[in-house]
Amino acid sequence: MAFHKISVTINGELEQVAVPSNMTLMRMLRESLALTGTKNGCSAGECGACTALLNGEPVNSCMVLAVECDGAEIITVEGLAGDKQLDPIQEAMIQEGGVQCGFCTPGVLISSYALLKRNPHPSENEIREALVGNLCRCTGYVRIIESVKAVARR
Amino acid sequence: MTINTHPALPEFEYFRPETLVEASEFLARYHGEARPFLGGTDVFVRMRDGFLAPKFLVDVKNLDGTNDLYFEPQAGLTLGAAVNMNRVIASPEVQAHYPLLAEACRSVASYQLRTRATVVGNICNASPAGDTIGACLTFDGVLNIHGVSGPRQEPLAAFFLGPGKTTLKPGDVVTAIHLPLPPEGCAGTYLKLGRNKLSDLSIVGVTALGYPDPSRPSGYRFRLALASVAPVPLVPAQAETYLANDTITPESIREAARLAAEDCSPIDDVRGSARYRKQMVRNLSARALTEVWERLK
Repeated sequence: MAFHKISVTINGELEQVAVPSNMTLMRMLRESLALTGTKNGCSAGECGACTALLNGEPVNSCMVLAVECDGAEIITVEGLAGDKQLDPIQEAMIQEGGVQCGFCTPGVLISSYALLKRNPHPSENEIREALVGNLCRCTGYVRIIESVKAVARR
Repeated sequence: MTINTHPALPEFEYFRPETLVEASEFLARYHGEARPFLGGTDVFVRMRDGFLAPKFLVDVKNLDGTNDLYFEPQAGLTLGAAVNMNRVIASPEVQAHYPLLAEACRSVASYQLRTRATVVGNICNASPAGDTIGACLTFDGVLNIHGVSGPRQEPLAAFFLGPGKTTLKPGDVVTAIHLPLPPEGCAGTYLKLGRNKLSDLSIVGVTALGYPDPSRPSGYRFRLALASVAPVPLVPAQAETYLANDTITPESIREAARLAAEDCSPIDDVRGSARYRKQMVRNLSARALTEVWERLK
């Protein structure tokens, strides 16, 4: 199987990576770049634990080939926080108790971050629709939704 | 038996042609070994599950014109193969002229999956459950196809042969779906029954489109398309003809819904039984037709 050399900007840094054809973006992030914030849940585009931003739009990174990302910009959960400052949605998730076991949290954060970017003041329904692809088995979602609402109110 | 819950994609070679001619030639030369893909949301899942093992995956995004979505007031909507469903939903032209298509796209999976999923991919996958196929059928969609002998058009209505089977020939790449101008004064709806309210595959899907048509005895035409109840996305012709010829009343709508259920040949599967599906086709068709009729009156 051929390797492809790709250039990809990850959280603002340009990276050169050699990836085999069948490597997904999720595996490249976790295994080639050690960005293990992005989680491997279902590997089938159902659970959203691997959600990352591809050119500004959220994708299930298990459903994107790494080779397709040549020239692209990727943001992972590691890229949300600044040097000493968490993103408002991260702050809110801590404040409101939107984190329990934490496995879904990176995907939830990325989906919420993307929602708030395209719609800074979403309604509860819009929040629920935007997070339909992020499964959480702990929180019952209420506190996650409250967290997004808290940012939306600002 | 052990179940690998995180299967990696099997090995294959990735190929990205630069032009449509190159894509068609490659797919024809490696027919049976090469498979085109757009967002990959179906193909990757089936590869991981071991149902597909292509030697080559041919990336047919980024080819001439496949990223364009444009509406011409005289001709209608052309939706490039690589245009993702979120773009369809957000398009002001789609919202203004084909809201039914936007509604169908919104019912598919999740936002992050729709960043990758495409309407043309949904069509080419030829699953009877395809959520966006019904809207394209009721709007009399036409496919733009690029093959080894050049571009051609095929009506969507004759495209499906069976689950996963279409009239596409070796070397064919669907480049766009074209929807003619919507009928004047039309109203439509897509009712989807899943195991949960959002994001699941459909147990039954009913697309209904209605519009005034003075040339018909009833004064109206209704179009129906049914998902997940036959080997192909199904247009229940009996029900459509019945409603065109009879006065539209709650009783005639109920009768049309019964005829729609009669046309179905569903299967039992993990999402629902055949019997349940048939009954739901009757109920949902009646509900969809009533809703559309209320908006037309």
